[in-house]
Amino acid sequence: MLTLAHFLSLGAILFCLSVAGIFLNRKNVIILLMSIELMLLAVNMNFVAFSRFLGNLDGQVFVFFILTVAAAEAAIGLAILVVLFRNRNTINVAELDDLKG
Amino acid sequence: MSLKTTLLLIPLLPLAAAIIAGLLRNQVGRAGAHWVTILGVAASFFLSAWVLYQQIYGGLETQNLSIYTWMVSDGIRFEVGFLIDHLSVLMMTVVTFVSFMVHIYTIGYMAHDPGYQRFFSYIALFTFSMLMLVMSNNFLQLFFGWEAVGLVSYLLIGFWFKRESAIFAGLKAFLVNRVGDFGFLLGIAAVLYCFGSLDYATVFGNSQDVVGQTVEIIPGMEWHWITVICVCLFIGAMGKSAQAPLHVWLPDSMEGPTPISALIHAATMVTAGIFMVARMSPLFELSDAALSFVMLIGTFTALAMGLVGIVQNDIKRVIAYSTLSQLGYMTVALGVSAYSAAIFHLMTHAFFKALLFLGAGSVIIALHHQQDMRYMGGLRKFMPITWITAWVGTLALIGFPFMSGFYSKDAIIEAVAESSRFGAGVAYWGVLVGVLVTAFYSFRLLYLTFHGEPRFTVDVGAGDHPPDGILQHKPVESPAVVTVPLILLAIPSIVIGYFTIGPVLFGGWLNDSIAVLPQNDVMAELGGHFHGAAAMAEHAVTTAPFWLMITGFVLATVIYRLRPQMSDYLQGRMPGLHRVLENKYYFDELYQKIFVSKIVSIGNGLWKKADAAFIDGWLVNGSARLMGTLSTKVRVWQTGYLFHYAFAMIVGLIGILAIWVMLK
Repeated sequence: MLTLAHFLSLGAILFCLSVAGIFLNRKNVIILLMSIELMLLAVNMNFVAFSRFLGNLDGQVFVFFILTVAAAEAAIGLAILVVLFRNRNTINVAELDDLKG
Repeated sequence: MSLKTTLLLIPLLPLAAAIIAGLLRNQVGRAGAHWVTILGVAASFFLSAWVLYQQIYGGLETQNLSIYTWMVSDGIRFEVGFLIDHLSVLMMTVVTFVSFMVHIYTIGYMAHDPGYQRFFSYIALFTFSMLMLVMSNNFLQLFFGWEAVGLVSYLLIGFWFKRESAIFAGLKAFLVNRVGDFGFLLGIAAVLYCFGSLDYATVFGNSQDVVGQTVEIIPGMEWHWITVICVCLFIGAMGKSAQAPLHVWLPDSMEGPTPISALIHAATMVTAGIFMVARMSPLFELSDAALSFVMLIGTFTALAMGLVGIVQNDIKRVIAYSTLSQLGYMTVALGVSAYSAAIFHLMTHAFFKALLFLGAGSVIIALHHQQDMRYMGGLRKFMPITWITAWVGTLALIGFPFMSGFYSKDAIIEAVAESSRFGAGVAYWGVLVGVLVTAFYSFRLLYLTFHGEPRFTVDVGAGDHPPDGILQHKPVESPAVVTVPLILLAIPSIVIGYFTIGPVLFGGWLNDSIAVLPQNDVMAELGGHFHGAAAMAEHAVTTAPFWLMITGFVLATVIYRLRPQMSDYLQGRMPGLHRVLENKYYFDELYQKIFVSKIVSIGNGLWKKADAAFIDGWLVNGSARLMGTLSTKVRVWQTGYLFHYAFAMIVGLIGILAIWVMLK
């Protein structure tokens, strides 16, 4: 029998994986973007699970919005990535350390 | 023009002139500066003389005018006001006259000085301050004038601010005066405490109230309030009028330009203390102890400083020590309740001492700022007007019969002889011997400067700054702007005593300003023996002061004129005495050791430990250093990596959530 707790655990595990992916990743900005997607999906998982168990469809409507925004975000992210590669000739995260004073 | 306007114009014209000459110095130029200040001071002099004329012939009564109320605090009024009585008008006339002469003289003396306009601005400002001091009708304005003349004196002693010695002398004068002013301020505070008013009329009117009241300043010692007040006020006078032991600033003040030495440090400002004590006579009369103190201080100053004058070689310093000695005479007169004699001597002294100083200045111009008498001599042939006026000044100073100084000094000596106050016997011998000393150093100065063989040589090719004793060209008589003031000052130096002794000393002229208790009234006793000025002068040949003066004259003539080698011989016979006098009784060294070095080391300690180490090193730089250390630690966290920042955000979020959950 699958309970709410199982779904929430799955969501939490996915979220933790994606957080770990963000800061363990030293190589590739694409993996960073993928981790962010995964993070959003983990949140979606929570929404869907709560929606199902509370019998309220509002959560699932929310998921559609999030998926839409995530798609747009992925497009913009990839576009930034392309521009970044053109300028820096690299997408290696370890070399992108300009964000400091 | 109403009287009030006239009286307001007297101090305000010099002030306006000072502001114009000082602030608009470039607009008015050199000639403009001296014209505007001379006109201001001349107008002030003529208005003062007009008021004096009105008092003598116009029947002008004592005026007590309140001009402006500055503030009223707890019932105490702080006012600007004028008390116009015989004493203040006499002072106003003397101050403005001497100031007027000095202004004219300055055109010649400062002719090539780059600070010309500044100088005129300062001396006009001095005239304003001094007038505010003498015209005041309350203690606050007196204190204002007192401090203002002190400030101008400081500015003028350090006028040549590129000379280190001048800066030092200015600072010394300022600091020594602060000691006196502290006492003065305490005295004023005590007056305010006892009488609840700063107004002369109220305080003097109620002066009997404090008689018998005592105060315990040191536990177990009861002091009369009136004595405390008078001694504190007199400490102020000791600072300003350079009485021992606060006299040390006056000889050093000779670093200033000579017109200043004449105006401020001989004729007028230094007499402010004498004036103040005379003005406060209703208070001083009530305290025999304070008056004895005044008298003994005066006696010491009169005799001891005269002796120092004998061994000085700087022409201005000899006159400075003579000024100290004469101020001592005035103080002795105050101490025996002969206030009118003190004021009388103040007046005659103002004329002949200004004359002597300006004469010395004339010599200094001729010798290109050589002040050492060892390189003078024989100037009589080169500068006859200066020579004759110097003789006039000297005769007046030593008290030669019929000269102004004779009347005032003899009156003081007679008054001391009449007095029965504690210590009057000592004071009498002090002032008598002082006469001999005065005559001796005065003629020594005259002989060394004007008589004998010239001790300088004239060398045309000596260059701009020749060594001591060598001049580029022959000394010449000074220009008219210098000699005319000398002549104008020489006239009152001769005649003023003869004409004014009757009314001022014995005619009750100053009775409206000065209060003397009947049992102290030595001047009234002297008045019984007084049969006119001429008779007094003729009678002089039978008195001790005259013969002491002659003795001083003969001694000086023998030692410095007839047997020049004798001075060295005597110096060799009495090396100890000579050394003590040459070092001015080691007052400077004593103060240097006791006060100055201690204060300097405390100051150094505070500077190094408290300021440099604690405040600067520990608080200011320390907090900066702390931030520096902290930020070097913290700055490594700013890596520039996106994932570090994201991690920090998430950790932060979790932290905040955790706190929120726990608090719920």
